[in-house]
Amino acid sequence: MSTEIKRKGRFGPLYKGHEGQYSWLLHRVTGLAIILFLFAHVVDTAVVGWGPDAYNRVASVYHNPFIRMLELGLVAAVLYHSFNGVKIMLIDFFPRLTRHIRFLDIATAVLFVGSMIPITWIMGSAIVELLLEG
Amino acid sequence: MSTTAEARPEAPLPHGKPVGAGRGRPVGRFELWAWLFMRISGLVLLFLAVGHVLIMHVFEEGVDRVDFAFIQLRWASLFWKTWDWLMLVLALLHGVNGLRMILLDYVRPGGARRAINGFFVILGAALMALGTIIVVTFDPSKWPMS
Repeated sequence: MSTEIKRKGRFGPLYKGHEGQYSWLLHRVTGLAIILFLFAHVVDTAVVGWGPDAYNRVASVYHNPFIRMLELGLVAAVLYHSFNGVKIMLIDFFPRLTRHIRFLDIATAVLFVGSMIPITWIMGSAIVELLLEG
Repeated sequence: MSTTAEARPEAPLPHGKPVGAGRGRPVGRFELWAWLFMRISGLVLLFLAVGHVLIMHVFEEGVDRVDFAFIQLRWASLFWKTWDWLMLVLALLHGVNGLRMILLDYVRPGGARRAINGFFVILGAALMALGTIIVVTFDPSKWPMS
């Protein structure tokens, strides 16, 4: 424990390198990615107001395999941010759970990876099909 | 996991709080309401946004089946219109407040802080207005069914 506290972070002022550091950073990065995508997504969805020709032209962007890989990343970001958000609420509303923070951090990661396996399979095979087609 | 944590002597953590005391909550009216809002909207978005992502991007062909006709059918239902509108409003508020929290950590000068925050607040408000107008005024029967 004490050696861990003395050890300096490899990234300058970043905190010690406990699991919590990575979940904090991931929460921030995924949140940032989601809101920046959301800004664009509200606009692309708003195009439905201009009818089928306009909207279908915009929606065709999603048939690009590269965009579809970004889409997989978006799904991953939403899921991680959600699971980690539940963890944050648990420790904030039940403060005694901070004793088990390491377990909660690892449980969140396991839940996330576990749910991403079938999702990556489903979305990944659609991307592979797109790549083979075109 | 829990046994090792329990066995350890309860020395105060670096921030001076005893183990198990939890994290601090913000002080001040607005900050405390913002803190609470993040948690309430987060809980609602857990269902709205995760549901949305699974329905629209993962299951049943995902985004491959999404075109104008799909939206036309979907937004003929008041249930999905309400779902999407509520998600729009909560996600924008949650996200713009999240951006504000990040800004407080990385941008020090007050003028730059206010300018960047103001930009995101105006962008968020404009998108909320645009999205609301589109969801409310979209009339599926106005366009030919394909």
